[in-house]
Amino acid sequence: MTTNPLLEIDGLRKEFPGRPPSVAVDDVSLTVREGETFALVGESGCGKTTLTRLLLRLLEPTAGRVRFDGTDLLALNGAALKPLRRQMQVVLQDPYSSMNPRLRIADIVGEPLVTHEEWARGRRGRARVRDRAGELLDSVGLDASILDRYPHEFSGGQRQRISIARALALEPRLVVLDEPTSALDVSVQARVLDLLAELQDRLGLTYFFISHNLAVVRQIADRVAVMRQGRIVESGTADQVFTAPEDAYTRRLLDAVPVPDPRRRILGSVPA
Amino acid sequence: MTDSAQTPPTAPVLEFRDLRVDFALASSTVHAVRGVSFAVNSGETLAVVGESGSGKSATALSALRLNPEPPCVYAGGQVLLDGKDVLGLREKELRKVRGARISMVFQDPMTSLDPLQRVGDQVSEVLRLHGDHTRAEARRAALTALDEVGIPDPERRYGQYPHELSGGLRQRVMIASALVARPSVLIADEPTTALDVTVQRQILELLVSLQRRHGMAVLLITHDLGVVAETADRVVVMRHGEVVETGDVHQVFTRPTAPYTRDLLAATPRLEPVA
Repeated sequence: MTTNPLLEIDGLRKEFPGRPPSVAVDDVSLTVREGETFALVGESGCGKTTLTRLLLRLLEPTAGRVRFDGTDLLALNGAALKPLRRQMQVVLQDPYSSMNPRLRIADIVGEPLVTHEEWARGRRGRARVRDRAGELLDSVGLDASILDRYPHEFSGGQRQRISIARALALEPRLVVLDEPTSALDVSVQARVLDLLAELQDRLGLTYFFISHNLAVVRQIADRVAVMRQGRIVESGTADQVFTAPEDAYTRRLLDAVPVPDPRRRILGSVPA
Repeated sequence: MTDSAQTPPTAPVLEFRDLRVDFALASSTVHAVRGVSFAVNSGETLAVVGESGSGKSATALSALRLNPEPPCVYAGGQVLLDGKDVLGLREKELRKVRGARISMVFQDPMTSLDPLQRVGDQVSEVLRLHGDHTRAEARRAALTALDEVGIPDPERRYGQYPHELSGGLRQRVMIASALVARPSVLIADEPTTALDVTVQRQILELLVSLQRRHGMAVLLITHDLGVVAETADRVVVMRHGEVVETGDVHQVFTRPTAPYTRDLLAATPRLEPVA
């Protein structure tokens, strides 16, 4: 793994208007290195989704800086932002609401290409996009024969694979994964996490992984930041944060995770 | 599958016998529950664990005959509550059973509570509908129930609406309304799935302590093996509408017999490797 910083967030702050204004993200600084999986964990309302929207520049921050591969994202306008944006793609939690139900799979997976690539337009472009969409589906373990089908024909796990294929269409360097397996059954989740690990190895991807599920984060993250009430309360390598947490809130979070081993239960006592 | 193989030592308060539940859809019939048999004893927590489509919720809802009919058709079997088949009851008789002898806590308190009704009235409603409580008695009992589930300042909370409460407090209100009539069976269908992990821990602690205090049977429906390991005495594993494994929680986690149970355990992410 390289240690070259890909995403640098410095003193980032977001206030939403009100009396008093609510501070959703409060002086957050963190660095995501190329090739690693950086996980942001926190409970609902902690600001993790707002932070994600800020780093993709879907929201304008109140203060602070976001740099992608050394370039200040906030200094760029629409046209100059576009080449950077194609290097940062996102996979959202709900594979049911994150794709247009009226589009065929070929068009869903190919849409980023049509948006960003000159060659993907026009009559010749259509055939090339279709070929590329087939390759992308193959890379996420789906068959190219589904290109003409519609999203409702697929299970949650299959749809999430389609979302991943779409996110990979532009060969991004950073993939933001916002609770990508939270809506999935545990056996499906395990296979999607395996796929993400394999794609990372093969393509050298950097993951920014947002999750409330500490056990999932434990499994996939190299480094972890714990967020609470808009602030990062602790960050470090996954081993540090999970085995020797320094912050009281991190310890409380870890202690609250139900352990799938009845010999270690703390709640109900069981007759031997 | 037969029910004789797993006859429990104590008297079952709720027993599913070869239950079959179909959903008759326009194009086809889905056999959601395909001959399920197991029993829940008073005072125990029995967890039914399975993934989506396993039939675990359709099984649980059958105990109150709450699956929507149509499209649901109870195609066979019995659900015995204190020895009487719930599926054979008329709507009027069912209403006497629901909330009084058997009650339910659902996953999402926001959609299960009435947004236009004060939460205290939603708790006391159970008593006003059942039996012969006066308004004042029902109110007093509801306040006691709110207090018992750990809602601070129940007098003030009584008059509030669901949107004024956090997710954790709303789930406590649901538990209060489920328990106010002292049912012998509580069905909890994914009761903590919508909650943050620290709130989940508090709600699980509450359910465990209430069960100990009142000695009711708890039928816990969940997909989360962590929640099962923390709370259940016995476990039923379901897949594709069938029971694939039944046993003591220790046995199911340490010596699972069904390959599917082993797959589920292997797929469950853990904070620490298995000892």
